[in-house]
Amino acid sequence: MIRSFLRKLMVELALPLILFGLLYALSADSTNFYFPSLAAVLEKFNGLWLGPRFFSDVIPSFQRLMAGYLIASILGTAIGIVIGGHAGVRRAAEPVLEFFRAVPPVAMIPLLIMSMGFGDAMKITVIVAGAIWPILLNTVEGVKAADSVLDDTCRTYQIKGLARLWHFILPAASPQIIVGMRLGLSIGIVLMVISEMFAALDGLGSAIIYFQRSYEIPQMWSGVLMLGLFGFGLSMAFRLFEHHVLGWYYGMRDLERKS
Amino acid sequence: MIVAASNGLAGNDAVPRMTPAARDRAFDTATITRWLGSMIGILLLAALWEIAPRAGWLNRDFFPPLSVVLGRLSVLVATEEFWGFVASTIRTCVLGLAIAAIAGVLMGLAIGLTPGARKYTHSTIEFLRPIPSVALIPGVILLFGARYQSGVVLITYAAFWQVLLQMLYGLNDIDSVARDTARTFRFSRFGYVRHVAWPTLLPYLFTGLRLAAAMALVLAVTAEMVIGSQGVGRGIVVAQASNATPEAYAYVLVAGLMGVAINMAARLLERRLLQWHPSVRNAGGAR
Repeated sequence: MIRSFLRKLMVELALPLILFGLLYALSADSTNFYFPSLAAVLEKFNGLWLGPRFFSDVIPSFQRLMAGYLIASILGTAIGIVIGGHAGVRRAAEPVLEFFRAVPPVAMIPLLIMSMGFGDAMKITVIVAGAIWPILLNTVEGVKAADSVLDDTCRTYQIKGLARLWHFILPAASPQIIVGMRLGLSIGIVLMVISEMFAALDGLGSAIIYFQRSYEIPQMWSGVLMLGLFGFGLSMAFRLFEHHVLGWYYGMRDLERKS
Repeated sequence: MIVAASNGLAGNDAVPRMTPAARDRAFDTATITRWLGSMIGILLLAALWEIAPRAGWLNRDFFPPLSVVLGRLSVLVATEEFWGFVASTIRTCVLGLAIAAIAGVLMGLAIGLTPGARKYTHSTIEFLRPIPSVALIPGVILLFGARYQSGVVLITYAAFWQVLLQMLYGLNDIDSVARDTARTFRFSRFGYVRHVAWPTLLPYLFTGLRLAAAMALVLAVTAEMVIGSQGVGRGIVVAQASNATPEAYAYVLVAGLMGVAINMAARLLERRLLQWHPSVRNAGGAR
C-alpha cells in the first residue's frame, strides 16, 4: 500500500522535477540580462514573496479578487435564476447578454477609471464585470435544463418560493453554476492582475509591472512565479470546494455510469 | 435533476442553442414575435443608454448618450486608422488561435498515443494550466516590445491548454471497437490517427477553440492596452488619455461587436465543418 502510494507519487513528480532540474541547470550560468538564472530568481523569490511583499501585495490582491468574485457569483446566480426561470425575460435578455459577454472586460478599465478613479472600487467592479458572465450564462442554462418531472412534482406538492429555490432550482442547476464559477475564477484572476497593472500602489500586478519598468529582471520573474503559484493555489482550492459542494452529484453520476 | 445535471457538464459552454422544434417553426409567424421579443432587450438598453445621461441620472462627461457615441463611431468608421486597428486585432486573435490549435493537437496526439505519457505529464499540465496568461506580459514585453507578436504569445498560451485538454478528453472517447478494428487491419500509426482518432477529436478541438476564442479577444485587447501594440485596445487607451470619452466608448462598442462576431463565426465554422458529426446532425444542424 505504501509502496503503491510511493510509486504514484514518483509518477506525479518525475516530469516536474526533471523540467525544474533542466531549467535550473541550463540557466545556471546565464549571462542574458533578460533571462537570469533560476537560482537568482528563486533567491529573490525567497526574499520578496516569502517576506514583506506577501502581506503588502499578495494579500491585497487576494482580497480584491475575493470581493469581486463573491459579488459576481452571488449576482450572477441570482440574475441567472430570474432569467432562466422566465422564458419571456430570457428571450429579451439573451441578445443583450450575448453582447455584454463579448465585450472584453479589460476594455472597460479606462472607462471605469474615468468615473470611479483608481481605487479598489474600480478594480472590484472590473473583476465583477468580467467574472459575472460565465456564471450568469451557465446558471441560465442550468435552470433552463432543470428536470421537468421534478418541476411538476414541486407544483403538485405546492412547493413554492424559497423552498422551491432551495430544494429544487439550486441543486438542479448547481453543476452548471459550478462550471460557470470555475471559468469566472480564472477570468477574475486575469482581471485582477490587469486592473492592478493599470492603476495600483499595491498588488501582484502592479509589483510585476513595477519591476519590469525599473528593469529589476530577477525580481520581475520572481513575481511571475508568485503569480503562477497564486493561480495554481486558487485552482486547487476551487477543486476542493467543488468536490465538497458537488460530491453528491459526482457520486450519483458514477452510480449511473455503472448501472 | 439527473437530466439537468448531465446536461450541465456536457454543455461546458454557455451558448444558447436552438432546439430542433424551434427550427421547424423557422418560417412561422411565431418567429417574428420571437424576433421582436428578442429585440426588446436591445431596444430597452439602447433607450436607457440614450436617456440616462440626458436626464442627468448619469454624468454626461463619463457616460455620453448612445447617439453621441454612434455619431463619433460613424466618423471613425470613415478613417483608415480605425480599420487598421480592427484588422490588427483580428490578426492577433487568429494567429494566436491557429498556433495554439496546431501545437495543442500535436502535443495532444503525442501524449495520447505514447503509452504511459499521460500519467507522467498529468501533474505538469495541471500545474501549468492555471497559471494566468497575463503572467507572461512582462516576458513578452522584453521579447517583443509593442509588436503584435506579444498578443499572439499571450493568446497562444491561454488557448493551448484549452485545446490540449479537449484533445486528451477526446482521445479518451475513441470508440474501443473502432480502435480494435484498426488494430486488426494493421493500420499504420498515421492511418490510425487519420481515420480513427481525427474524426473523434475534431468536435473536441472545436469545443476547445470556441472556449479559447472568447478569451483570445480579451487577451488581444489587453496586450494592446497594456503593452501598446496596434489595435482596438490601443484606440481605447489613446481616446481615454486624450479625454475623448465618446471615442473611447465607440471603441469599446466595436470591441464588443467584434466579440459577438467571433462567437458567431466560431459557431458557424463548427457547424459547417462538423456537418457529418452526430452531435451536429441530431440537433438538426443547429448546434
